[in-house]
Amino acid sequence: MAKTGALDPRDRGGKAQPLLTVQNLRKHFPVRGGVLNRVKATVHAVDDVSFSVRKGETLGIVGESGCGKSTTARLLMQLIAPDEGTLIFDGDEVGATGGISVAAMRRQMQMVFQDSYSSLNPRMTMVDSIAYAPHMHGVPKRRAYEEAESLLAQVGLNPQQHARRYPHEMSGGQRQRVNIARALALEPRLVILDEAVSALDKSVEAQVLNLLRELKARFDLTYIFISHDLNVVEYVSDRVMVMYLGQVVESGPVEAIYRQPRHPYTRALLASKPSMDPDKRTTAMPLTGDPPNPIDPPSGCRFRTRCSYARDICAAAIPPLAPPMVDDGPAEHLVACVVPEAQEGRVLTHA
Amino acid sequence: MLDAANTVAAMEVRDLTVRFRTDEADVAAVNGISFALAPGETLTILGESGSGKSVSLKALMGLLPRQATITGKVLLKGTEILSLPPSQLAKLRGGAVSMIFQEPMAALDPVYTIGEQIAETVVQHEGVSHRAAMKRALEMMEHVRIPSAARRLKNYPHEMSGGMRQRAMIALALACSPSVLLADEPTTALDVTVQIQILLLLRQLQEEMGMAVVFVTHDVGVAAEISDRVAVMYAGRFVETGSARDVLRSARHPYTAGLLSSTVQGVMRGKVLETIPGSPPSLAHLPPGCAFAPRCSHVAPVCVQSQPPVLVPHPGAMVRCIQDKPLHLPV
Repeated sequence: MAKTGALDPRDRGGKAQPLLTVQNLRKHFPVRGGVLNRVKATVHAVDDVSFSVRKGETLGIVGESGCGKSTTARLLMQLIAPDEGTLIFDGDEVGATGGISVAAMRRQMQMVFQDSYSSLNPRMTMVDSIAYAPHMHGVPKRRAYEEAESLLAQVGLNPQQHARRYPHEMSGGQRQRVNIARALALEPRLVILDEAVSALDKSVEAQVLNLLRELKARFDLTYIFISHDLNVVEYVSDRVMVMYLGQVVESGPVEAIYRQPRHPYTRALLASKPSMDPDKRTTAMPLTGDPPNPIDPPSGCRFRTRCSYARDICAAAIPPLAPPMVDDGPAEHLVACVVPEAQEGRVLTHA
Repeated sequence: MLDAANTVAAMEVRDLTVRFRTDEADVAAVNGISFALAPGETLTILGESGSGKSVSLKALMGLLPRQATITGKVLLKGTEILSLPPSQLAKLRGGAVSMIFQEPMAALDPVYTIGEQIAETVVQHEGVSHRAAMKRALEMMEHVRIPSAARRLKNYPHEMSGGMRQRAMIALALACSPSVLLADEPTTALDVTVQIQILLLLRQLQEEMGMAVVFVTHDVGVAAEISDRVAVMYAGRFVETGSARDVLRSARHPYTAGLLSSTVQGVMRGKVLETIPGSPPSLAHLPPGCAFAPRCSHVAPVCVQSQPPVLVPHPGAMVRCIQDKPLHLPV
């Protein structure tokens, strides 16, 4: 199963071609109500999101609740249908003529969810859960079960001890290991981890993070790692994408985002991280108020209602993702802000 | 830290134990915790799920179900409260001792406005008129920095955002100026930009009102932001206590050190995280020795035989281990 070093026969475009390219992804949910059940409002869950994932990297997606990071994951897996947008998996457009089918894409792209309990069937044993998908995809039953037991061992569980157990007989950390094993059973190339370690205790979270890193190297995987935890995203990611109210506000290499954030929201988010040192406590609030509701968000820049640099131009149009105005950093650093002072983080004197 | 004779502790807990007995099991959730809290001081109980931190807090408020057997003493400004009859305990709750929770939606009543709920508490405890109580409610809403407080007073909980609800719950808890506030993971469900606002608010309110706070969390960062002292809890016991600086910078108990090193922080990309192997013991079958011994990298034969000694490396600190030297923290 291990294929490190050897060329993956499924690799079509070579190393330089992104594994996944997402173009102009959009999903709006109607909010219905009243006697006639008319559409009263629209949740702008994901609005014109474009990015690409390179082969072998970990792309971190970070943001607060309602920013659209989980909806993005579900759109990528086609668990919900996008309103608009194109997915290109290793050069093949998904669902288009001449491209690959959704089923073929899902075989190469798997997902792990936050809630380890509700994502397992309570009436199936661990080994049943893991062997199910390969068996459905045509692997003979016996081989599917042998491979499931081997996968259990790979994620650090003893097959003799755990294979016949049901979800309620396992701890949260053990269940999440099984979910990871199940995601790997189809030998995917891309794994989407949607808050996969967020519900775990810190000591267990660290164990699972170590496991994810081992598996990534062993199976030559590419990860999309979605989390609200800034420390964990910094630890696992090569590149990071920051989302706010359904849009990407900044993206780039992890060092650029964490050391030299250019969007005022990214800066505020990082400043909100609790300090680990009792002598260096946070003294000023980086932001006031809650993230606004994604129902009918502000016009133009969606962050402008909480931004101290906001001016008329911010309300006029949605700022495009572009290289920072003042930068000597990496070329792939992109920021959606049109105010130079905001990008520099210049201290406002009148405020 | 408390100056033994000079100050009366806002709250003192002596050897608190909580057991849940059912037909199937006898669960020892809290196994003898003791602490004293000076007025204006914040003690954080830091622990992972199942360590007994929330049960301890609920025991202090008398909020546990009848199956729970509680022993020990809880003194509120010198008066024992565990043995009080339920009616008297009810008078203390929301008055001298108050509590805030992780989920404000579950703690607030969905069918009354925020203003009504705060006013009701004030009328109950202070016997003032409804009108005066509403005035207090408005003051409290302003106190917790809720914008346009007068309008928000007439809101129902579902009409508010998560951060606003948390502020409203704090306003409710502080309406009768408690001397002790118990906070059970009040920022865990919040977004990071809102969490820091609530932590700063609690620090400011504490300074203004001078109450003592017992703050329960699993998050080392939150503990560093809020606490004067930290008590690390494992399997129903405090395994280490001390000033926040002491515990978080130079941990002495192997569990504290493990917890700190498995908390991802700063740049360590590509580095293998140091983890604590295994998982916490079942509280229904605690070993006779140190509960952490099966996972401990410093374990000695004596650890599995009997409870480790309680060592005092310096006044105000305690560690329940065979050694009390700071452990090397990999950073």
